[in-house]
Amino acid sequence: MKIIGYIIQKEFKQIFRNKAMLPIIFVIPFIQLIILSNAATFEIKNIKFSYIDYDKTSFSRALIDKFNASTYFNVITEYPSEKIANSAMLRGEIDVILEIPQYFERDLLKDKKTNLLVIINAIDGAAAGVENVYINQIVQGFNKNVQTDLMQGSDKKNIPKNIISIPSFWYNKTLNYKTFMVPGILVILVTMITLFLSGMNIVREKEIGTLEQMNVTPIKKHQFIIGKLFPFWILGMLLLTVGLIIARLLFNVPMVGSLALMYLYTAIYILVILGMGLFISNYTDTQQQAMFIAWFFVVIFILMSGLFTPIESMPEWAQFLTEFNPIKYYVEIMRMVMLKGSSFMDILPQFGKTVLYAIIMNGLAVWSYKKTN
Amino acid sequence: MKRFIGFIKKEFYHIFRDKRTLFILFGMPIVQILLFGFAITNEINNVDIAILDKSKDVTTQEIINKISSSKYFSVKQFIEKESEIETIFKKGKVKATLVFEKDFSEKLTKENNTTVQIITDATDPNTANTISNYVNSILQKHQQEINVTKITPYQIVPETRMAYNQELKSVFMFVPGVMTIILMLVSAMMTSISITKEKELGTMEILLVSPLKPFQVIIGKVFPYIFLSIINAVVIVLLSIFIFKMPVAGNLFLLGAESILFIISSLSLGILISTISETQQTAMMLSLMGLLLPVILLSGFIFPINSMHNILQVISNVIPATWYIIILKGIMLKGVGLAVIWKETLILLGMTILFIVLSIKKYKIRLE
Repeated sequence: MKIIGYIIQKEFKQIFRNKAMLPIIFVIPFIQLIILSNAATFEIKNIKFSYIDYDKTSFSRALIDKFNASTYFNVITEYPSEKIANSAMLRGEIDVILEIPQYFERDLLKDKKTNLLVIINAIDGAAAGVENVYINQIVQGFNKNVQTDLMQGSDKKNIPKNIISIPSFWYNKTLNYKTFMVPGILVILVTMITLFLSGMNIVREKEIGTLEQMNVTPIKKHQFIIGKLFPFWILGMLLLTVGLIIARLLFNVPMVGSLALMYLYTAIYILVILGMGLFISNYTDTQQQAMFIAWFFVVIFILMSGLFTPIESMPEWAQFLTEFNPIKYYVEIMRMVMLKGSSFMDILPQFGKTVLYAIIMNGLAVWSYKKTN
Repeated sequence: MKRFIGFIKKEFYHIFRDKRTLFILFGMPIVQILLFGFAITNEINNVDIAILDKSKDVTTQEIINKISSSKYFSVKQFIEKESEIETIFKKGKVKATLVFEKDFSEKLTKENNTTVQIITDATDPNTANTISNYVNSILQKHQQEINVTKITPYQIVPETRMAYNQELKSVFMFVPGVMTIILMLVSAMMTSISITKEKELGTMEILLVSPLKPFQVIIGKVFPYIFLSIINAVVIVLLSIFIFKMPVAGNLFLLGAESILFIISSLSLGILISTISETQQTAMMLSLMGLLLPVILLSGFIFPINSMHNILQVISNVIPATWYIIILKGIMLKGVGLAVIWKETLILLGMTILFIVLSIKKYKIRLE
C-alpha cells in the first residue's frame, strides 16, 4: 500500500511539474466545453434566401412578404434571372432560390392551380430537407390565406376533415440543443484526456528507458499499474466535477437524476478507458504509435457514439459495432440520468455491459503487461 | 544540396523502418473513411416508437399501418396507459409515443376534428423535431386522402429541385469532412511529433550543430510527410469515387493542387506546434486535444456553420479545415473552378504562409 502511495505521489508530481501540460489538461477542455457546446446544433437558422419574381403582381409580392416575415430566412436577395441566381448558388452566396413563374397570379385565379419552383443547395442533405419543410410551410400557409380570402361565404359542407397533431417535447420543451450537447461533449473530453494520458504514460517510460529501472525494483506488477493509473482516475473524476458545475451554472442543464449514480457509473467507465490506455501502451514501442492508435479509436468512438448522429439510422453491422463503443454507453447514460432522471434499474443493461467491459479490458491489460522484455 | 538529400533519405529510412507506424498511418485512414462513409448519416431512419391507441378503430388502424410501413419508423410496442410512457422513455427504448384519442373515427366524421398527440423524447432535440415533422406529414397525407371527395380549390404547388445532391445522400456531406479531418490530424500530428522527438531524445542538438541550416532540417523532416500525406489523399479520393460514388464534377488536377496546399498548411501547423512544445507528450496533446473537437464541430463537417452564433462563425473562419471543406465540396459536387473558389484558396494560402512565418520566428536555433 505504501509503495502504491509513493508511485502515485511521483505521478502527480510529474503531472504538476510539466508546466506546458497543465493548461492542456485543465484549461483547454473547459474552454472547449463552453465554446463547442454552442456550436453543435442542427437547428437550421439564417437561411440565405433568394427569389426571382417573373410575375411581379400583388400575389407574388404577398408571397415574398411571407418569407420576409419568417425568422428562418435572413438574407433576402432578388435576382433578375435564374442563371444569375444559379451562379450565386455556385459561389455559395445563397442556399435557396424561389422562382415565381410568369402568370403566377393569373393561373391561380383562372385555373385555380399554379406552380412554383424551389431550388435548394442539397450538399448537406439533412439541412436541405429541413429547409424544404420550412418553405413548404410558408407556401401552404399562404395558400390557406388565399383560399379563405377567395372562398368567402362558401357552404359549410365543404369543410375538410382535420387530423390535428399536437406535438409535445418531453424533457426538453424548448428543444434546446445545449442541454443535449453539453453532457455529450463533457463525456468526450473526460475520455480523451484520460485515454491519451494513460496511453502515453507507460510507453513514455519505455521510450526514455526509465521503465527498465522501474522493472528492476521490487515493486510488484499490480502495485506499479495501480500507482500509474490511479492519478488519471482522480483526474477524470475531477474533470467530470468541474464539467458538471459548468453545465449546471453556465448552461443551466437540468440535473434530474441522481448525482451519485452518475459518479458511480463514471468511476467504472474511467476504469474501462484506463484499461484501454494500458493495453495500448503494452503493445506499442513509442509514444507516436500509442497516440496514433489512441487517436484512431477515439475518432471512431466519437463519430459512432450517437452523440452527433443517430445510431438507429446506421446500417445493422455498424449498429452492432457500436455495442463495443464505451463512449456510446457513457453518452446514453449521462443523457438518461441527467435529463430524464432514469434510475439504476433503467440503465442496468448499459451499466452491466460497462462493468463487463471494465473487467475484460483491465484483465487483458494486466495480463499483457510484462515486467521483463 | 547533397547533404540535404542525404538528410531527407535518412528521414525516409526512419519512417519506413518503423513498420508499425507505417501500417497505422496508411491503414487507419482507409478504415476510417470506409467506416464513416457507410455508417454516419444524419438522416432519421427506423426510429423505434410506441403507440397508445385509445380507440382502436378502423381509422387509427389505417394510420398505424401507414406509420409502420414507412421507412422512418418501426412500431416497437403498443401500450395501454399514459403512465407507461414515462417508464419506456426512461429506459430509452423508444424515441416517441403516438397517442390517439378516444373515439377517433367518430369524432372525425361527426365533428370533423380529431387529435393525435406526438410525444417525443426531446433529450435529442433534432431527432424529436424530425420525428414530429415526419409523423405530421404522414397524418397530412392521410387527411388529404380522406378529403379527396371534397374539392380543394386554389392550389399552389411548389416543385422542389435539390441541387448538387438530388437524392440527399449524407455521404456527399460526410466524405469531404472525413477526408479533411484525416489529412489535417495525420499531417499536424506526424510533423509535430517527429520534430519534438528529436528534441526529447537529444538528437536535435546534433542536427543543429551539423552544417545543415535550421530551415533545411525542418524541410527535411517535413518532406517525407508531404509525400505520405499525398498518398493518403489519393487513396481517400479513389475510395470516395469508386466506393461512395462521389462525383468529381470539377478538375481533378485542381483538386490535387488544393489538397497539396491543405496538406502543406497542416504540416506547417504541425511545425508551429512543435516549436512551442518541448516534449512529444505536449505536442501530441496540443494537436489532439486542441484540434480534434474544434475541427469536427466548427468546420462545417457535421454542423451547419450558417446557423451558428456570430462569434462561433468567426472562430470557424480561422480554422483552415473550414476552407478546405468548402473547396472540396465546390470542386467535387458543384464542379466549380478557380474562378469561384479563388477566395478560399487565397485564405488557405495566407494561413499556410502565416504558420510558416510564425514557426520561423519561434524556432530556436539553440537549446536551453
